[in-house]
Amino acid sequence: MASTQELSQAQRAYLDELLKHGLLIETGVDGLYGRSGVFEDVVDRFNVLISRYGGGDGAEVMRFPPAISRKHLEESEYLKSFPQLAGTLHSFMGNDADHLALLKAIEEGRDWTLGQKATDAVMTPAACYPIYPTLAKRGPLKPDGAMVDVYSYCFRHEPSVDPARMQLFRMREYVRIGSPQQVMSFREMWLERGQKLMGSLGVPVKIDVANDPFFGRAGRMLAVNQRDQGLKFELLIPITSEEKPTACLSFNYHQDHFGLLWKIATHDAQVAHTACVGFGMERVTLALFKYHGFDVEKWPAAVKKQLWP
Amino acid sequence: MTEDIRNIVKEHGRLSVDVASLTDDADLYAAGLTSHASVNLMLALEAKFDIEFPERMLRRKSFESIAAMKAAISELVPQ
Repeated sequence: MASTQELSQAQRAYLDELLKHGLLIETGVDGLYGRSGVFEDVVDRFNVLISRYGGGDGAEVMRFPPAISRKHLEESEYLKSFPQLAGTLHSFMGNDADHLALLKAIEEGRDWTLGQKATDAVMTPAACYPIYPTLAKRGPLKPDGAMVDVYSYCFRHEPSVDPARMQLFRMREYVRIGSPQQVMSFREMWLERGQKLMGSLGVPVKIDVANDPFFGRAGRMLAVNQRDQGLKFELLIPITSEEKPTACLSFNYHQDHFGLLWKIATHDAQVAHTACVGFGMERVTLALFKYHGFDVEKWPAAVKKQLWP
Repeated sequence: MTEDIRNIVKEHGRLSVDVASLTDDADLYAAGLTSHASVNLMLALEAKFDIEFPERMLRRKSFESIAAMKAAISELVPQ
């Protein structure tokens, strides 16, 4: 069994290689990196590949910036489950005297952020968060429910040397909203598709039941419940550890959690259920570099054909 | 104890039906108890009975009915 120290050494070593090859660019903050053109090309091509699999399902495309309304975050109950991960956006809202005090604090190396006030925006915790209030506003769903395609940078406050655990990363999602049967068959379909898609990229994959990193004691109960009910599955790929492989795709059944919160109704006035498939774009890209090397030109022909057809 | 549990379910359970209409064995999840509400129930029961549920009880099943909660609490409260 690898120790935590060995694991973080392996993560650090892979991060160093990525930096050395110029694929990631250091910013001085763990989990916050620039990306090279080569890295971005792989992300973009993988994004197109996802659309080749899911694009025929008729999902409505919605693109949001990596921030959402603070009010919506408060209403979403995200802070009940993951207060430790949420990122809020603060700004200076003072007068001239406050401004001088701020500059003086910076000059003297003191905490200058005490006077910063919360803005109406917060960082997006998961790409799908802005769609629920959007759909709720439209009124009851059509008989065949709804499907949405979202893609956004997301923020989670969990600084780490693991390049596969970034604080700002991209998540592509297809979200299904409708009856329990509709959303469950969507998730089943993507469990199959996800394995086929990733298998075509020449990386080893494994599906396992999982839980979200819920906070605190209450969170332990939520995590156990989530596992017992098989609400979350992950597609795992070993990147820096065989024993602790990285979740690169996830398949989530939220039951009526978002439907109840946002009052989303089906066409026959039932509470809507929701499910989603999420793709960790950087994680998949990091897995591809891990298995096929840092020189994209030398990647296996079959993999290149998938990404650059 | 049953009456205390019923009051806590009424206050924290956010059920879609009146607790008074449910038997002690009725499935609370079927009556609209959500995961988050069951956690609130758990915390309220701990405060009321001055207990701490051990890890093995922190699961869905322990809070599925008034009878299940009573059984769990009875194990922890000195008789």
